[in-house]
Amino acid sequence: MTNNVSRRTLLKTTAATVAAGSMMSFSHLAAASGHKVVVVGGGIAGSTTAKYLKKLDPKLDITLIEANKDYHTCFMSNEVISGDRNLDSIKFGYDGLKKHGINVVIDHVEGIDAAKKQVKTKSGKSFAYDRCIVAPGVQLNYGAIEGYSQEVAKTIPHAWKAGEQTAILRKQLEAMKDGGTVVLVAPPNPFRCPPGPYERASLIAKYLKENKPKSKIVILDPKEAFSKKGLFEDAWKRHYGYGSANAIIEWHGKDAVVKVDAKSKTVTTASGKQVKADVLNIIPAQKAGKIAEVAGLTNDAGWCPINQKTFESTIHKDVYVVGDSSIAGAMPKSGYSANSQAKVCAVAVYASLSGKQMIEPSWVNTCYSIVAHDEAISVAAVYQLNAENKIVDVAGAGGLTPGGDAFNAEMRKREVQYAYSWFNNITTDTFK
Amino acid sequence: MRNAKKTSIKQWMGVVLAGGLLASSMAQADFDRASVLANTCVGCHGVNGISAGPAIPSIAGLSEAYFIDTMKAYREGERPSTIMTRLAKGYTDQDIDDMAKYFAKQKYVQVEQPHDAKLAAQGKAIHSKSCERCHDAAGTVAADDAGFLSGQMKPYLAYSLEDFTSGNREMEKKMAAELEKVQKAHGDAGVKALIEYYASGKK
Repeated sequence: MTNNVSRRTLLKTTAATVAAGSMMSFSHLAAASGHKVVVVGGGIAGSTTAKYLKKLDPKLDITLIEANKDYHTCFMSNEVISGDRNLDSIKFGYDGLKKHGINVVIDHVEGIDAAKKQVKTKSGKSFAYDRCIVAPGVQLNYGAIEGYSQEVAKTIPHAWKAGEQTAILRKQLEAMKDGGTVVLVAPPNPFRCPPGPYERASLIAKYLKENKPKSKIVILDPKEAFSKKGLFEDAWKRHYGYGSANAIIEWHGKDAVVKVDAKSKTVTTASGKQVKADVLNIIPAQKAGKIAEVAGLTNDAGWCPINQKTFESTIHKDVYVVGDSSIAGAMPKSGYSANSQAKVCAVAVYASLSGKQMIEPSWVNTCYSIVAHDEAISVAAVYQLNAENKIVDVAGAGGLTPGGDAFNAEMRKREVQYAYSWFNNITTDTFK
Repeated sequence: MRNAKKTSIKQWMGVVLAGGLLASSMAQADFDRASVLANTCVGCHGVNGISAGPAIPSIAGLSEAYFIDTMKAYREGERPSTIMTRLAKGYTDQDIDDMAKYFAKQKYVQVEQPHDAKLAAQGKAIHSKSCERCHDAAGTVAADDAGFLSGQMKPYLAYSLEDFTSGNREMEKKMAAELEKVQKAHGDAGVKALIEYYASGKK
């Protein structure tokens, strides 16, 4: 049966239902006329997949289940922490998705039965699906640092899931006396938003320089290198005295924080070094979102293996994992990656439901980091599928903002404005 | 309640119709490689190529020829940019043709933004004299095979004119001569007035 014929048939079914004057709800009507897709998680990946699937086939019955009624973007939350924007400016609701005909349910998904093709929620509801999209983002692995926990995070925030956590860190920075020490504990790879901790350190340094110039921020990092390291360090030297006796920003690599004493805000590293903080921000190790783990979609490392052409789980058929939880080849775990992957996933799900052949995919990622007033840097890449079905960089494309001799202050200034534009456009693309 | 059944069916139809209308507020996407490629652009350039700003330009409705020239200029590093030079290198000629076709089909929508009305009026006069011949209707006509001007993001307009006047970006001889005349007659204020005029969205 061609797609056109099946669509006509569906339309006829719809018309008959209406003529019968049935008292069924609208969602039931849609259920009768289209395949059911359940999206677990309303972050960037989940919301974009739902929207783009609806765009491909308005008759699909799409339900998006999300635990919170609003979503705060992790990207640009560092500007909330530094006081450059307010928390509401990174808050997005689901009215836009509802307007497109997506059934948004605020509930907590507790299980996915891949055999029965059912999603179960905390409130006791169950949702049958033809295809399930799992997009829970990351789960913070508190246990990796002794003394750290979800409870402790109320006073020693991670602020790696934006919202209340972001506000806590902002408040603590504001309350800190001049001359205080902020300690930022960076996570091991892989984690959400690779340049994020270093952008955060830059923007906190900016806040300190402008408001509490006798203070400093110390980054304690298990890694020996990090995303855009050369560009960050160059900016830190020019703006925050990095490497000098009066440095506002310090970075100490290759020494993981293993323990925290919450009461005194003192952390201990693997080498035995102890650092006491006035404001402590611990960004712990990460793994795929809890529901991915519960549903048995993760590997030993805690992430979800997928067919990188379609994002279908290699563990459970008809379940797709997209965004931070997925193992998506060369792509970093970023908001733009999630948005780009979601669109490819939507095409793949639509293709599988309509019996069409998948289109050759294409992905993109750009991560902007604001490092100082009027200065941002970026890393960009274009991705394709290689012969081994892996997502790889298109050779010769992408890369970093030029530095060194090619440093251009005007272009750095423009990148700030482009970062803001990217924020406005990607959030519109995702939620509106 | 009288006519309860009738009313309920009517309401029902209303729901269905409203549902249809709401769903159609979002244009149905094509299932093709051009859309897949364009999907990667709109994260930055805005839904359907209409940017929410403040600086990234809208690319909807650009002529295929201009889109292709621009992407190739970025790819060859001939046109200055922040990231487009890096990204354009990721696409083949065929990819660029596909994207060009997709965006040429989208409708250009002028952005509304604050502007200085007095300067804009001066800009209009300068535009009529020096720019109009190649940038018809204040630079809103795709058939001119040029970038859109009126109703484009103001910072973007400023960046573009800065790149032209500083010599960082190549331009046609005719345009260079006209721009020089504008600067001779009005100084930098002439360029500023042009930016305000285009920012005003007037034609």
